[in-house]
Amino acid sequence: MQATVQQFPPFREGAAHPAHDDHGHHEHHEPNFWQKYIFSTDHKVIGIQYGFMSLCFMLFGFFLMMLMRWQIAHPGVPVPVLGPLLGKICGPMAAGGAISPDLYNSFGAMHGTIMVFLGVVPLAFAAFGNYVVPLMIGAPDMTFPRINMASFHAFFLGGVVMLVSFFIPGGAAQAGWTSYSPLASTIPTNGQAFWLVGMVLLITSSLLGAVNFIATIIQLRAPGMTWMRMPFFVWAQFVTAFILLLAFPPLEAAGVLQLMDNVAHTSFFLPTGLAVGGQLADRSGGGSPLLWQHLFWFLGHPEVYVLILPAMGIVAEVIANNTRKPLWGYKSLVYSALFVGFLSFIVWAHHMYLTGMGQKIATFFQTTTMIISVPSVIILTCMFLSLWGGSIRINTPMLFALGFLPMFGIGGLTGLPLGLAAADLYLHDTYYVIAHFHYVVAPGTIFALFAGVYFWFPKITGRKMNEFWGRVHFWCSFVFMNLVFMPMFAQGIKGMLRRMSDGAVNYSAARVPNAIDTLPGSVMELNTWILWAAIALGVAQIPFIINLFWSISHGEKVENDNPWDATTLDWQTPTPPPHGNFAHEPIVLRGPYEYSAPGHATDFTPQDEAEGPSAPRTPTAHH
Amino acid sequence: MEIPYTVQNRPDTGIYNAKLGIWLFLASEVMLFGGLFSAYILLRVGAEPGMWPHGWLNVTLGTVNTLLLALSAITTLLAWAACKVRDFTKFKIFHACTILLALTFLGIKSYEYHDKLIHYEIALANGKFADGHLVEKSADFDLAKKTGTVTLHGHIVEDRKELMDLRSPEAQAAKHDEITIAATDIKKMENYGPKHNTFTAIYFTLTGLHALHILGGTVVIFYFWAFGGAMWKTDPERFTNRIEVSGLFWHFVDLVWIFLFPVLYLT
Repeated sequence: MQATVQQFPPFREGAAHPAHDDHGHHEHHEPNFWQKYIFSTDHKVIGIQYGFMSLCFMLFGFFLMMLMRWQIAHPGVPVPVLGPLLGKICGPMAAGGAISPDLYNSFGAMHGTIMVFLGVVPLAFAAFGNYVVPLMIGAPDMTFPRINMASFHAFFLGGVVMLVSFFIPGGAAQAGWTSYSPLASTIPTNGQAFWLVGMVLLITSSLLGAVNFIATIIQLRAPGMTWMRMPFFVWAQFVTAFILLLAFPPLEAAGVLQLMDNVAHTSFFLPTGLAVGGQLADRSGGGSPLLWQHLFWFLGHPEVYVLILPAMGIVAEVIANNTRKPLWGYKSLVYSALFVGFLSFIVWAHHMYLTGMGQKIATFFQTTTMIISVPSVIILTCMFLSLWGGSIRINTPMLFALGFLPMFGIGGLTGLPLGLAAADLYLHDTYYVIAHFHYVVAPGTIFALFAGVYFWFPKITGRKMNEFWGRVHFWCSFVFMNLVFMPMFAQGIKGMLRRMSDGAVNYSAARVPNAIDTLPGSVMELNTWILWAAIALGVAQIPFIINLFWSISHGEKVENDNPWDATTLDWQTPTPPPHGNFAHEPIVLRGPYEYSAPGHATDFTPQDEAEGPSAPRTPTAHH
Repeated sequence: MEIPYTVQNRPDTGIYNAKLGIWLFLASEVMLFGGLFSAYILLRVGAEPGMWPHGWLNVTLGTVNTLLLALSAITTLLAWAACKVRDFTKFKIFHACTILLALTFLGIKSYEYHDKLIHYEIALANGKFADGHLVEKSADFDLAKKTGTVTLHGHIVEDRKELMDLRSPEAQAAKHDEITIAATDIKKMENYGPKHNTFTAIYFTLTGLHALHILGGTVVIFYFWAFGGAMWKTDPERFTNRIEVSGLFWHFVDLVWIFLFPVLYLT
């Protein structure tokens, strides 16, 4: 790699004040509110836009979940406090403030949709990726800043369409976040059409983002930033972008076909002889419900890795920084991430063992599913081994990163029985599945995202978040998260069905005394415990929310641009980074995790530090 | 602040940003149409025996449209080459051809859609099926109130299956006349719109999405054609890149049609 590359952008000298920084585009013009915050093309502003929106959506999705948990624990009992409001908004679906089964279904569908497509993916990929990736590779911005802005606007519009669907007659989509046909085409509400239009907008948004990320990482790496000198976070985002680029379009195709089914009354996913409400439906038939499931899960499974890879990237950065030593097995991490990305495209039908698609197909997907667990375990093992022999600094980001490891481990290991067709047949429709994937995403990914928020907050604002309340946030979240999800494993193994609006109370011994196959009362009682744990988990987020906003103006000021003594380029910028990011042209001389290099004055050597102890080294020099 | 490599190639990757961007976008488009073609295959394989239509589309019009797009691919390439040798007049001529060819394609496509939408299949009360193009509906025609008559140019068959393979000798030999049917004799009347059966559904959806791509491409090419003069004067190299990138998209859209034509018209 050449040490210098031509046409590198002219950098403005000296640190800039962010509020006055837009001189590159608007000479002597102070950008107004709209230019600065709504129609900004700066990757950092767009990252913050994404971050703020997705955190709001996640809170909203959390409220939907709390309402559902109330309904499961106390079926048909009016919701306290929020009940009257619910009755006003949802009309007959929440008569008397109680949640009807239809409303429960629509909350279930929208909780999943909002958490996945409007919460975690935009936060993990779009928000962190947008803010951090260009900084880490030493780029002045994304390759296509205006497309980046369009991506956020499409996302915003998609979110609006999803939210509006709650207020239409019939309410929001009710067919689950997976929207299986023919259910999705026969429920009498236009909510499904709104859902599909919203999804098309969100897919457009992620397509524009993915193209931008890949092009940025390929084209805008600073001089000397070779592939194997990229921080693992950048690799994780790179693989994620490829997954989004290639896995989402088939769902878009499926979305278009289902929209045709719902709006133009075609029968792509509707079988011949479909009866709705005891009547033969006026449809041509000849479609295939299984086709929808294949197209959906072709996205749906890679999507899991979209949720998890950026989280792993964040955890890798935080761990390397706080163990003060290089990541263990950097190359293994990179190759594992690439392998996971590739293999994630051929495991999708393990979500479909129950559909009767055939034993041979099931066997194939069972095999690939077992294989894909190998690179995931390698990644997790590398992170665990990175802790070995480190002089670990414990702070809030590190606590969340450390919390991620066992939580994701539980989520991953409990997935193995689900990957095997024989065990899955029993477990698939039970709470076991809910517990499994929530362990992956909630205490897994979301913990990593919290780590990221606490970790990069000082770069964004110039102030640290409060450490004490950060720890309160971590420990309370850690305890209550487990109290929410751990009992669900037990419920699932006992056979409690998921998707039931009444908490499967109709299967309980209470309703049908002496019946066979009923659930013991102890299993049903857990629902009440989970409700209170969920409420406590909600309360535990209050310190975070207050801390987040309070610290913007009142947090402890950082002494320099690199408060965590980090090596990667994102910390070698002014704080907060101005438009164009770097005060000087970064030239990368070494790998991303040069911590505690022997002979160096400090225990960290930034990637672009000129007076290194020796000649440029490779990232694996320590192994 | 300037983004590097917007016009020049990055030395170690050998490509400029927009070209990489469009290739990535096209990769995603391949997956989009790949998903749709997979749906086509699964639906066709799963169709009831004898119920997948053959010969419902006009092969002559399809062939003409294929040739139009093939020709437009050539003019697109020539327009880019003209930019490369800095001949703006030639660029204007070639891309004018591209735009006209694209509009003709869309015109023919609209005619084909219209032809399907005025084509009716009527289930008669006596269990037979009338099939043909709408000639006229009487002024008082109302299916719900059972008043009036409808006139088709077509024929009456015993079994719907006879309507499926229009290439069969029987279908070729069928005599088409004007038939007038009273509303009281009609059990169900439906045109060959998307909801008619799986074939028309996938035909309208696939060609409709493709037509949207053609429309989008035409708008972009027209924009460069009509308003590109300013950039041509200040930064001809960047303008040439834009023509190359929009041309790549155009070639992809042509390529999709090369798959759509045999799959829908010829099989």
